[in-house]
Amino acid sequence: MAIANESTAATLSNEEILRYSRHLIMPEVAMEGQLKLKAARVLCIGAGGLGSPLALYLAAAGVGTLGLVDFDVVDYTNLQRQLLHHTADVGRPKLDSAIDKLRAINPFVQVERFDTLLNSQNALEIFRGFDIIADGTDNFATRYLVNDACVLSGKPNVYASIFRFEGQASIFATEDGPCYRCLYPEPPPPGLVPSCAEGGVLGVLPGLLGVIQATEVIKLILGAGESLIGRLVLVDALAMRFRELKVRKNPECPVCGTRTQKELIDYNQFCGIRGEETVAAPAAKIPEIQPAELKRRLDAGEDIFVLDVREPHEYQICNLHGTLIPLGDLPKRVHELDSSREIVVHCKMGGRSAKAVEFLRQSGFKRASNLTGGILAWADKVDPSLPKY
Amino acid sequence: MPIKVLIPTPLRPYAGKQSIVEVSAQTVGEALSSLVAQHPDLRKHLFSEDGKLRSFVNVYLNDEDIRYLAKDATPAKETDTITIVPSVAGGV
Repeated sequence: MAIANESTAATLSNEEILRYSRHLIMPEVAMEGQLKLKAARVLCIGAGGLGSPLALYLAAAGVGTLGLVDFDVVDYTNLQRQLLHHTADVGRPKLDSAIDKLRAINPFVQVERFDTLLNSQNALEIFRGFDIIADGTDNFATRYLVNDACVLSGKPNVYASIFRFEGQASIFATEDGPCYRCLYPEPPPPGLVPSCAEGGVLGVLPGLLGVIQATEVIKLILGAGESLIGRLVLVDALAMRFRELKVRKNPECPVCGTRTQKELIDYNQFCGIRGEETVAAPAAKIPEIQPAELKRRLDAGEDIFVLDVREPHEYQICNLHGTLIPLGDLPKRVHELDSSREIVVHCKMGGRSAKAVEFLRQSGFKRASNLTGGILAWADKVDPSLPKY
Repeated sequence: MPIKVLIPTPLRPYAGKQSIVEVSAQTVGEALSSLVAQHPDLRKHLFSEDGKLRSFVNVYLNDEDIRYLAKDATPAKETDTITIVPSVAGGV
């Protein structure tokens, strides 16, 4: 099944023919296929881990129009895996950086930029100008938004997602195929599944999955091979095993089945997020202590027990000489702690330690408090010699 | 008869860091019960308070979602593989 805008791109110049010669000499692509690629309009949501290999390969392949949606700025920690961005780009808007590289690879590609957060107000309008949507985002609210907007717009959603060293890929929102909600009717509650900043990700993993996405986009355009419609590919990069599960269209699905949901909804509310979700957002009633205050009191010789609830490999990067009990082990090891002492709990950014403090207080530790902002805040405000990670 | 249950990355910390757990069972429901009996920390990640499978977790018998088979009552045999597939969102 070929998805392409058939109205434009009647010819290839001599330069283009030479550029794409390795496509043209294969009967599966040939001139006809290359012209379909040139006429195609693909929207890449996210110019990060998945977006990088996606956009790079689609540009190289000669997709005529690439839309890019990203409002973010290049961060130093992105460089481990987001190959669209170089060291010199740190601090620049991701779209500025991305467009420079895509033009350098293939000046024949038209790039349309959307320097915006995709939301329920703009998604349908933005999707209107494209044939295929490739979802490279990193949060549940946007994934449900993209899915619903694809179904409502009638555009296929080439999907991939990653976590640490595993990934998933599929195609959703085709007319006869399932949508993302057929697979996952509801998102997990916030905080249950960590982001890349909290859980980490093998740098090469989005490369692997992003190229699978790009491959599926190209196959859809060409109408070649067997697509991932109705198939969920699971990639375990550590074992290098690829498995495949069937995804069925759910006839009760409110978006693509019964079609009772005819509009985009409030996805932040759907995913249980109120307002901006910050990583180190503790519950309002957890007692907090600022790094400078902790430093002052420790220097004054006060008896404070510093509890570090990170993982052993994080302790090796940097630590405050606290006692290490990883958060997951805390319930089993709580008897090692003395509830009569004042305990200050910290982690990397304040999220895990907030959970620990909540647990300790419920377990009778009335003198437990949370170090606001974690060891990163300590590095910022008290001891800049500590490495940040 | 041991059935393999494949544990996805986000849940391995609650399954003693294992990626595969073997259980004895006649149905998928029994297999999952046996799994959380062996690894109690997994229970709250797989099941809600009323004992139902959480909606953002899918369970497959071989390559079919059990929702489209017989759900908990889906029979399972020795050569079968049960895969737990939670939703993940990472992409950046």
